[in-house]
Amino acid sequence: MGEIFAIIFGAIFINNFVLSRFLGICPFMGVSKKVETSLGMGMAVTFVMGLASFVTWLLEYYVLVPNQLEYLRTIVFILVIASLVQFVELVIRKASPTLYQSLGIFLPLITTNCAVLGVAILNIQLEYNLFEAVVFGVAAAVGFTLALVIMAGIRERLELVFIPKHFQGVSIAMIIAGILSLAFGGFKGMM
Amino acid sequence: MSVMSEFSKGIVKENAIFRLVLGMCPALAVTTKAEFGLGMGLATTAVLVGSNVVISLMRSIIPAKVRIPAFVIVIATFVTMVDMLLNAYLPVLHGQLGIFVPLIVVNCIILGRAEAFASKAPVIHSLADGIGIGLGFTLSLVLLGSVRELLGAGTIFNVNLLGAAYEPFKVFGSPPGAFLALGLLLALVNMLSKKYKLE
Repeated sequence: MGEIFAIIFGAIFINNFVLSRFLGICPFMGVSKKVETSLGMGMAVTFVMGLASFVTWLLEYYVLVPNQLEYLRTIVFILVIASLVQFVELVIRKASPTLYQSLGIFLPLITTNCAVLGVAILNIQLEYNLFEAVVFGVAAAVGFTLALVIMAGIRERLELVFIPKHFQGVSIAMIIAGILSLAFGGFKGMM
Repeated sequence: MSVMSEFSKGIVKENAIFRLVLGMCPALAVTTKAEFGLGMGLATTAVLVGSNVVISLMRSIIPAKVRIPAFVIVIATFVTMVDMLLNAYLPVLHGQLGIFVPLIVVNCIILGRAEAFASKAPVIHSLADGIGIGLGFTLSLVLLGSVRELLGAGTIFNVNLLGAAYEPFKVFGSPPGAFLALGLLLALVNMLSKKYKLE
């Protein structure tokens, strides 16, 4: 139980995917302008990352390793993630049109979110078992959502203040991310 | 446009990192030292040039509806090749770049060039475009890596420039420093490009 807690806490706070592992920077910079859309994106990513961890783990240990095809890992994983995203989009559109309305526009973006492929590869590198892999995937996505929502909250306020001309846009967002990353660095002492 | 201008636009005018703001993840993650930035930049360039040429050659036989999955397979093939070559010949660099070597496959620059350029242009132009954008990306990574290495350890490419008395600004070697250094460099580039009217 302690190990699972360590995985969850580590993935959300200590090695936050965005602020310390640098995975998923594109949506972090692109989508984090409003708290509401950030939450929507975060939910979609959490769903896909949990599912992707599960499917890629099974593929690695029941298909690739027994057939000695580990060198195909990158190709197989990216294809699986791309089809998974399409499949999830189809299912949500049929099953819950209201959910589709709120998540729909984010789903195609998730294929190129490096956090999803990143978590699939990290699960293999860190030698997690199936349960740990899924927990790590979901926790990492929660950490991603947390960073996205905090960033969106700050950027909403930023619209009302004066920013020097050359710092406007991505530049100030990077500097804020740096300060956030410093703040999250404080969690390192807790483990 | 001529082949030469396809090549040169990627270096400054359409620089991936500083002008288009693409490919941020590897740019932030591996640039603790200038040499890692150089390695990552060249690995990405190799994939970009390979995929641009192959996609340009196949542009008339890839059906429009499945073009994105087809591009991804081509890119992933080159990434796997680069991954295995680095592992065989430069194992230390491969270890340092770690997870970001397989992640070249989701680098938005490469899929972006495939979709926006290579799938519509002749082979020679796509080759020039790939080399130009790749070199621009590499130069940006080396610049960011040099700034971080100089401030964080007093060296560039492991050559000590600031002397033994320099007290390293350790934060630039750690994740927060990556964001701060890139944010400040972006502001500098904004200022310079306004001054020299690159808009």
